[in-house]
Formats: sequence, C-alpha cells, structure tokens
Amino acid sequence: MSDTTAPRAAAPGALTRGLANALTMAARCTRLSARNLDALLTSLILPVLLMLVFVYLFGGAIDTGTAYVTYVVPGVLVLCAGYGAATTAVGVSGDMAEGVVDRFRSLDVGGTSVLAGHVVASVARNAVATAAVFAVAFLIGFRPDASPAGWAAAVGVLAAYVVAFSWLSAAIGLLAESPEAASGFTFFVLFLPYPSSAFVPVDTMPGWMHGFAENQPVTHVIEALRGLLLDEPVGSAPWLALIWCGGLLVVSVAASAVLFRRRTA
Amino acid sequence: MADEPAVEAIGLEKSYGQVRVLAGIDLSVPRGSVFSLLGPNGAGKTTTVRILSTLVRADAGRVRVAGFDVVRDRRAVRRRISLTGQYAALDGEQTGEENLRMTARLSGLSRREARERAAELLERFDLTGAARRRVDTYSGGMRRRLDIAASLVGRPEVVFLDEPTTGLDPRSRQAMWDLVASLAGSGTTVFLTTQYLEEADRLADRVTLLDAGRVVAEGAPADLKRRVADRRLDLTLVDPAAYARTAERLGDTAVLRDPDRLLLGVPTDGSAAHVRALLDGVDPDRDTVDRFAVYEATLDDVFLALTGRTAARRTDGAPAENAATTAPAATAREETTRV
Ligand SMILES: Nc1ncnc2c1ncn2[C@@H]1O[C@H](COP(=O)(O)OP(=O)(O)OP(=O)(O)O)[C@@H](O)[C@H]1O
Ligand SMILES: [Mg+2]
Repeated sequence: MSDTTAPRAAAPGALTRGLANALTMAARCTRLSARNLDALLTSLILPVLLMLVFVYLFGGAIDTGTAYVTYVVPGVLVLCAGYGAATTAVGVSGDMAEGVVDRFRSLDVGGTSVLAGHVVASVARNAVATAAVFAVAFLIGFRPDASPAGWAAAVGVLAAYVVAFSWLSAAIGLLAESPEAASGFTFFVLFLPYPSSAFVPVDTMPGWMHGFAENQPVTHVIEALRGLLLDEPVGSAPWLALIWCGGLLVVSVAASAVLFRRRTA
Repeated sequence: MADEPAVEAIGLEKSYGQVRVLAGIDLSVPRGSVFSLLGPNGAGKTTTVRILSTLVRADAGRVRVAGFDVVRDRRAVRRRISLTGQYAALDGEQTGEENLRMTARLSGLSRREARERAAELLERFDLTGAARRRVDTYSGGMRRRLDIAASLVGRPEVVFLDEPTTGLDPRSRQAMWDLVASLAGSGTTVFLTTQYLEEADRLADRVTLLDAGRVVAEGAPADLKRRVADRRLDLTLVDPAAYARTAERLGDTAVLRDPDRLLLGVPTDGSAAHVRALLDGVDPDRDTVDRFAVYEATLDDVFLALTGRTAARRTDGAPAENAATTAPAATAREETTRV
C-alpha cells in the first residue's frame, strides 16, 4: 500500500494556502446551499412575497410621492439581502455543531477560510434571490432608470451590504449554541429595515425614531440604491453605506476570528 | 529522530471547569505500531485524542507527535497526522466523491491529484459504486469507511481513530480491523481508542487502560492478561457437598469460587498434561467434577482486576452484566482473586 511516510507537498505561503482553502470552502458551501432546497426556496419566495404584500396590500395606503413599487423595491432588495445574509449564521452554527470543523482544523484549515466559504455562498444565494426580486419587480411595473455606472454602483453597494452582514452573521453563528438559536438572528435582521426609509418615508415615523431611522446603516444602503437605480441625486449615501459596511466587515472578521479560536479551544 | 516515538505524551492534564478529565497521563507509541487507548465512557479517550491531534491544548504536559511538539509546531504535526473523530466528519449533502476531493484539495493536492486520489480511495474502500451518491443516503458502515478514507487522503504518518468500530455490525467491524492491520503493515502508526476489550486485544501491539482520566495499566495485551492469571481451569462440581469438599481441598490455590454455580477455578498453563494432573488431583474417584473448561483471561478480567469494575460495555455492545450471564467469562467475576 502506498500510504506510508511520503510527506505531503511542501507547504506554500500561508496566505496562498488560506486563499486556496477559502476557495475550496466556497465551492463546498455553495454546493451545500444549492442542495438545501427548502432553505433556498424560502430565501427566494419570501422576498418576492413580501414585495407583493407591500405593493398590493399596503401600497395603496402609503403615499410616497411616487409609484409605490418604485419607492419600495430598493427596500425589498435590502430586506431580502439581509435575510439571505443572516442565514449564514445557521450554516456556520451547523458546521460548528458537527465533527466537520475538527476535520478542517486537523487539515490546518483556518477559521477565516471556513467562514469565507460561507460568506461566498451567501453572496451567491443572494445574487439568485436578488435577480428573482428584480424580475418580479419588473413584471409589476418597476422601471429603473439607471446608467450603466449607476447599475454597477448599485450592485456594488448591495454586494458590500451582503458581504458585511454575512460575515456578521457568521460571527453570530459562532456565538449561537445551536443552529436553531442561530436562526433567531435571521428574524432580527429581517426587522432591521422596518425602522428605516425602506417602506415608508422616515418623516412619517414618530419623532423619537428619526435619529435611529435616518442614521442606521440600512437607511444609507436603501437611499443609495434608490438614488442609483432611479438616477436621482444620491448625495453621500453610497459612501456612507460603504463606510458602514466596511466597518462592520472589519469588526466582524476580527470578532469571528477570535470567536472561532474560542469555540474550538 | 528516526527512532523517536510516533506519539509521546508526558504528564498530560486537562480540566473542563471543575471536572478533571485527564489527571496526568503518560503515553509512548513506537513508530509503525498499533496502539490502543482503552476505557469506558467518559474515561477521557476523546479528550486525549483531541490533545494529541492538536485540536485541544492540554492544561499541563508535553506532547510530541511525529517528531514535533503539538503546541510549538502545530502546523508540522497537522501535516503528518489525520484524525477520524468519534462522529463522522462528512457533509451529508455532498457525494462521497465530493467529500474526498474536497478533503484532498484542503490537504494541498492539485485538482487533478485530488480527483485521482479520491478515485483511488473510493476503490480501496469499496465505495466506487456509491461515489456519486449523497452521503446522507449511506449506511453507517459506508459512512465510517468514507470518513476513514477522507482521513487517509493526505497520506498521514500517524492515524488517530476515535472509536472506529462503535456502532458497526460484525462484518463492518471485521473490515475495519483488516484495514487497521493493513495500515500498520504499510508502516503507518495507528492510534485508536475503543471501549471494546476484544478489539484492543486483536489489533494493538500495546494497550493503555484509561479510567477516569488516569492510566490504570499499560503494556502488550498478552502481558496485561498475564497480570491477572493467564489461564484457569474452571471446574463445575456435581453438588454442593462436592463443592465444599473440593473447595477445602484446593484451599488457597482456587482463584475462583462461585458456590451458587458450584464453580471453582485453579490456575493452569493449559497443557493437556497439567489439566489431566489437576483433574486427577481434585477428583481421584472421578465422581465430583461434572464438567470443566479452560478459560483464557481477557482484557475484561484485567479491567476488573485493576479497577474493581467491569468495563462499561462488551464487544457485542450489550451491558456487561447481561452479556456476562451467557458468556463463560462470567465466571471470572466478583470472586476472582486479584493477582
Ligand atoms: N468540552 C467539554 N466541556 C466540558 N466537559 C467535557 C468537554 N469535553 C469532555 N468533557 C468531559 O470530560 C470527560 C471525558 O470525556 P471524553 O469525551 O474524553 O471521554 P471518552 O473516553 O471519549 O468517552 P466516550 O467513550 O463516551 O466517548 C467527560 O466527563 C466529559 O463530560
Ligand atoms: Mg469519546
């Protein structure tokens, strides 16, 4: 038999290996997501249903100064992205609960590579869900008016939001005792867009909420998307959105590295 | 360095909160040998394996594996070992082949090498037919095999197997034993844990008995068995009167007395001459001994003798108490003289 003492290939640089491992983990997590049909369908159907509810049930009663579908689509996109990103917590928590993380660690795969795989899969899932929301939005009368540059910027902001929230969710997944507990986090993130300009203008809310609703990260992301897709002036919203997302990402990556080490000590 | 042990641990200690899981353990495993860590539930086997395989840090003690310190040179150790945990480390939603290729990629193989290595291992573990099926459709035995195949992807020098046969049927268990033997034959060091005394006896060159975080015995299975009494002639007497008479005649030489079952045991070397002489001495008129059996000590007896308790479970997975009533080994209970 050949399983004797031939040593494994000499180790390349840590960064190269970390990157290669992250790619392998990304392929793994994307495959797992694609095969988890229930979860995949939920993350596709839920945002579409929500959009229909908003447009047809609430829309008539809400006056935003424009066609409500035009107003609400960016909000639904962010709601959907937040929910999709939050499901990362469930996947990470599931991995931690099973022996598979021990296998990865005994192969010297670092925590950051493992989590990066989950985040990439989350981005892939969200790309599909976002496309579905856009498609249905078109069908019910959403007509964006963005330049190619505007489209690119909108996609960039949404991607930054998904990456940052996915990594935050990964950190939450490391904190959660079980996948069930982790899925509680998806509800929290699902509600985050409500106290923002996602579905109704902030100035229709009670005064004490304005401070939070105007400055929370979701509002910046939504304002940026709305402006970019409808080709309206966006002001500093895209930059504020990116700064928020960048900061959240840095904190989440650092926190999850520590949490991973602690969970596996 | 060539004759440095594959695994060497000195003074390992580990506590979780108030619970002292390992209370100072020393181990030494020569290269190319099969070593078995034996102990009942909660003895600390998994904890030991996780420390040796770099996944957990000990509170105290020093460990070298494949020539490297598990704390200082963790990377180097990880490149030379593999771990198959007590619970399968596989993705149920991936196929067997995908699981293996993923593991191969994570061990640093190129895409092509990974494909070849996966095919080779699937073939060797008799999983080629199921290669394209999702692992959550596999039976327990297939899952176990795939898990071990995955751990061999990187051609490790030292293989850690945590309870590799727990939950397997007799045939799968036999296949696992053959696999361990073939690994050892190819020069790989195998470190396995088990609750099954028979398994350690069958496979291991050396055994360490662990109980409540302490080493209670250590040595080759044969040496350990010798420490209890190598072989014993068990005599079943015809009636209580015969029992009383014979017990008196044997005096201190009887290492087993069981009046309820009219059973007396005396040490023997197992040779026909010795057994014949013993029988003639005990029963010159050939009317007091009903039947006899030569009983070979098992590691069960060792465990009983050394800890005052039977091991938690026997090879058939049934609780010791129940299994004991049917097995001849049953007679080696309470009254066995501790040697
Ligand atoms: N992470 C942990 N936190 C707290 N206690 C732990 C932890 N890991 C193990 N223990 C405790 O340590 C003791 C030994 O556990 P271990 O898993 O090493 O035993 P084992 O010999 O492998 O048992 P089994 O045969 O059941 O697998 C047990 O009492 C267990 O509850
Ligand atoms: Mg265990």
